[in-house]
Amino acid sequence: MTDSKYFTTTKKGEIFELKAELNSDKKEKKKEAVKKVIASMTVGKDVSALFPDVVNCMQTDNLELKKLVYLYLMNYAKSQPDMAIMAVNTFVKDCEDPNPLIRALAVRTMGCIRVDKITEYLCEPLRKCLKDEDPYVRKTAAVCVAKLHDINAQLVEDQGFLDTLKDLISDSNPMVVANAVAALSEIAESHPNSNLMDLNPQTINKLLTALNECTEWGQIFILDCLANYTPRDDRESQSICERVTPRLSHANSAVVLSAVKVLMKFMEMLPKDLDYYGTLLKKLAPPLVTLLSAEPELQYVALRNINLIVQRRPEILKHEMKVFFVKYNDPIYVKLEKLDIMIRLASQANIAQVLAELKEYATEVDVDFVRKAVRAIGRCAIKVEQSAERCVSTLLDLIQTKVNYVVQEAIVVIKDIFRKYPNKYESVIATLCENLDSLDEPEARAAMIWIVGEYAERIDNADELLESFLEGFHDESTQVQLQLLTAIVKLFLKKPTETQELVQQVLSLATQDSDNPDLRDRGYIYWRLLSTDPVAAKEVVLAEKPLISEETDLIEPTLLEELICHIGTLASVYHKPPSAFVEGSRGVQHKRLPGSTESGESESPDTASAAAVSDAPPAVIPSQGDLLGDLLNLDLTPPTTTGPPPPASSGMQMGAMDLLGGGLDSLIGAGFGAPPAAMPASFSAPVSGGLDDLFDLGGGVGMPMGAYSAPKTVWLPALKAKGLEISGTFARRSGVIQMEMTLTNKAMSVMTDFAIQFNRNSFGLAPAGPLQVLTPLSPNQSIEVTLPLNTVGPVMKMEPLNNLQIRAP
Amino acid sequence: MIHSLFVINHLGDIFLEKHWKSVISRSVCDYFFEAREKAVDPENVPPVLQTPHHYLISIYRGKLFFLSVIQTEVPPLFVIEFLHRVADTFQDYFGECSESVISDNVVIVYELLEEMLDNGFPLATESNVLKEMIRPPNILRSVVNTLTGGSNVGETLPQGQLSNIPWRRAGVKYTNNEAYFDVTEEIDAIVDKSGTTVSAEIQGVIEACVKLSGMPDLTMSFMNPRLLDDVSFHPCVRFRRWESERVLSFIPPDGNFTLMTYHISSQNLVAIPVYVKQSISFFEAGSCGRLDITIGPKQTMGKTVEDLKVTVHMPKAVLNANLTASQGNYTYDFTTKLLVWDIGKLNPQKLPNLRGSLSMQTGVPNPEENPSLNIDLKIQQLAISGLKVSRLDMYGETYKPFKGVKYVTKAGKFQVRT
Repeated sequence: MTDSKYFTTTKKGEIFELKAELNSDKKEKKKEAVKKVIASMTVGKDVSALFPDVVNCMQTDNLELKKLVYLYLMNYAKSQPDMAIMAVNTFVKDCEDPNPLIRALAVRTMGCIRVDKITEYLCEPLRKCLKDEDPYVRKTAAVCVAKLHDINAQLVEDQGFLDTLKDLISDSNPMVVANAVAALSEIAESHPNSNLMDLNPQTINKLLTALNECTEWGQIFILDCLANYTPRDDRESQSICERVTPRLSHANSAVVLSAVKVLMKFMEMLPKDLDYYGTLLKKLAPPLVTLLSAEPELQYVALRNINLIVQRRPEILKHEMKVFFVKYNDPIYVKLEKLDIMIRLASQANIAQVLAELKEYATEVDVDFVRKAVRAIGRCAIKVEQSAERCVSTLLDLIQTKVNYVVQEAIVVIKDIFRKYPNKYESVIATLCENLDSLDEPEARAAMIWIVGEYAERIDNADELLESFLEGFHDESTQVQLQLLTAIVKLFLKKPTETQELVQQVLSLATQDSDNPDLRDRGYIYWRLLSTDPVAAKEVVLAEKPLISEETDLIEPTLLEELICHIGTLASVYHKPPSAFVEGSRGVQHKRLPGSTESGESESPDTASAAAVSDAPPAVIPSQGDLLGDLLNLDLTPPTTTGPPPPASSGMQMGAMDLLGGGLDSLIGAGFGAPPAAMPASFSAPVSGGLDDLFDLGGGVGMPMGAYSAPKTVWLPALKAKGLEISGTFARRSGVIQMEMTLTNKAMSVMTDFAIQFNRNSFGLAPAGPLQVLTPLSPNQSIEVTLPLNTVGPVMKMEPLNNLQIRAP
Repeated sequence: MIHSLFVINHLGDIFLEKHWKSVISRSVCDYFFEAREKAVDPENVPPVLQTPHHYLISIYRGKLFFLSVIQTEVPPLFVIEFLHRVADTFQDYFGECSESVISDNVVIVYELLEEMLDNGFPLATESNVLKEMIRPPNILRSVVNTLTGGSNVGETLPQGQLSNIPWRRAGVKYTNNEAYFDVTEEIDAIVDKSGTTVSAEIQGVIEACVKLSGMPDLTMSFMNPRLLDDVSFHPCVRFRRWESERVLSFIPPDGNFTLMTYHISSQNLVAIPVYVKQSISFFEAGSCGRLDITIGPKQTMGKTVEDLKVTVHMPKAVLNANLTASQGNYTYDFTTKLLVWDIGKLNPQKLPNLRGSLSMQTGVPNPEENPSLNIDLKIQQLAISGLKVSRLDMYGETYKPFKGVKYVTKAGKFQVRT
């Protein structure tokens, strides 16, 4: 006998018949009728018309019948609020029942009836149940507070239920504690500022005790709650970690991942030289690997989180590369995630293995996966320099397969490899050019055009190749059009004699026949550059490009920190902060990792930067101990003691410019004639590593004012600046930020007319007065300069720039 | 927390819905159907989807989608674990987890769902607790119920619910006291075409069937516990004892349960029981291909390999296979492109071989991809990792139980590339 009989209908009309049965005298018939009603309800049929008849069955001593009626009530009370009142009396009576199961059931069901009038009657029974002698009733009541809060938050606060709930955290029964925590967390989520979860060492201790004894689901609630706590010092942090680690062996993967979250967060506070720190790192790997042998849906969530973990602490899984190898029957969403992690873990040690795998994947069936595998080979080349050559030859092998999408994807990544390792693998260009005709995707076409333009001098028929693209110019996508325009201009600058016609053609196509403003603008800029000052044009268009690096696809460090705090949540799956997608997130607090609490203040750059993380300077996470010198990126014009601006003076100077390299923007600045006479020497010194120390002081970590300033470091070696050496530091003297510099002339001629200009930077730093260098600086002379700074300058909202650009006359 | 649950069959019909808070319209599933459409294969539907107002988290079990709707930030693993638990419970109650069985028992299903979750918070998910509150259907009981007017809902609070050992009920009584343990190991491996192992790992599980009276306290120790460094336990196992002494000490749940699962990673040396010699090639001219597969024993620790089976996913262009098997039978399914060679027992003296030609669709270029071979096998009385239970002791009760441990090794995702 099965329940399918409940779905059979008769001619008379289902509702009518059910009504009769519900009002039958026989208990058994009644029960069967209610079952039929429930069955209809589950499949979405509307049986609300039977409301009074079903409610009439509620007064019964048969528990099953009672439960069924409750089920019905929960579903339909909202649509029949007046009728629902009829049920209140029974509920209140049931809350007094000697059987705890019935008491709990009543309070639970009442909370699910989302009718205002009923909630008023709910308060008294709920208050009693929260103090019930039976823990089963108490734990049910705890959840009921959350339900009630969802319906009427004000009522819950007025009735003092929140305080009762907080008291339940100290309950003797672990299940009650877990449910109280769960209820409070849910309430706190809708009231982020209510400070409901007032965590202190005592409550933490209670939670940790309950953690060992409650159900798996309760453990998840408690662990998630623990993750919001910030321990006072590294010792407390360690003791919490020790008590949480056993959870890593739990069979429930959600418990495991929540425990990983707690550990990843509290680990930040442990000193790295502690033995326990190493032990903990070792303990984290096996459970993460185990998550990958679970069901594919679990694997997916685990992989998204592992992706974050390997970015933050690559050492945890560095030996586990093999578990991320793709099996052919993995669902595609698992395959793609595994691939991503393989690249993150790729290193010189395992690159051969990884490449062999990737090559295998590139011959698979699934197009998306194959594309991503080809892309991964390119990313390996960029990440692991030693493997670049191997990667390029693998890519060439793949191009030989002539499978259309493989070829296109390979060309896109080879372009990136060229940008990372210029002048190294150009020998493959010939092979690439053979496949020109088969490219039909914009990205691949654009990449190929870029390659042709960039290496125009090595490709004999570059003009023919580009001309062939030009025929269908208007049918191309914007990406390709822009690239084509730039490539032809590059070609022209390299081989001006043969390609004059071509460049005119493309410029007129871009400026006159196109309605795309980006394209027109770029066209006009090139046009004007070429017509007014071809040498400047050369500097701009053929400027050396900054190398690309692996970091481009890493998650930005502040975001990564926040996401680490959200391991196991939706945020970690989307790789976005909760504020970016959680609805009504007005009050979502940004979580950050706790900093290390080593003592010793800011004696060394290491601790200074650690402190910078724990305090809150906007978005600075300096790499440890970075020295400005490494990051210097110079462009400067050749030293002419006096006279006209450098551009367009001689071909020899041009060469010098190229050698020195530089950012495009400063060259554009020169080309578009910022009057150089007014600014004979200008250098801009954006914020540097030294500034961290400064901020540390500003944050008042307990240093006497002005007692410390970092020693001067060489910002600009003489070799790179035609004889002008600048070393300097930042300091705070009597409350004023100062930049202290020593300028040394190591050139043969006298230097004069110094000036300084600050680029817009993340701290809003700007000079408070002009640079005071009055006397000319004769050869081998040094001068000390102090420049007061203030922080009222325009703030650039971006990652701090760390380069110093110098111009000397 | 978990807001609603929809159960959807392979045709895309929602045949069951349950809401734990307010009712959410079915139309929310449209976003899921869209993703389902895009994914082509049901296995490939992404498990976490975002819609303008809700998040949809789904699992795919037994040709059914269990789709849950959540509205706030909830750990997705928590939801996925719970959904699997729901499916497990159905399996446990009704013997299978399918549309017909769910529709047949819709009232019990509904009662179960109500008992498992309250306001989105898990309430009772342990099968023995649930079984005390809602009794599983069986023919005898329904007959008795009809005669006596009894019900299949328990009248009292299950005792396990709040004790410190929620997984065991009190007052268990058996005439034959017995405890059986099955140690099952699955080898997941990728072997490349030259026969070298690309990766190999072992997923092990110890399943228990314990029928002991009273409150027995068991201790299981291993000959070589050092093998186990990556384990996850049933909540009944005392973790501290394991940490300090490497023994499993526990008060078992009543009946069937999974005592522990373990994972032996690729860093340890994993024995591969068989080797495969294969060559599969396609010729453009004549549109045909050739196939030759031989299997032999490699590291079997002196045991017999049974239930040996090879599955090959052929490229689309392969129309038919004309092969001869020296042992066992083969079938080729034209629609799914699956070649299955069922070998049976592996005889080391006479290695099984399958060879012959493949006929291909004419005028189609040679397949790009290489088919890969999947191996299924079984070895009785052997845990390939070398794990062995050394003793099982019982404390707390006076009777003498009957104890037994069985080992079996199987191929998990065992893949040979060509």
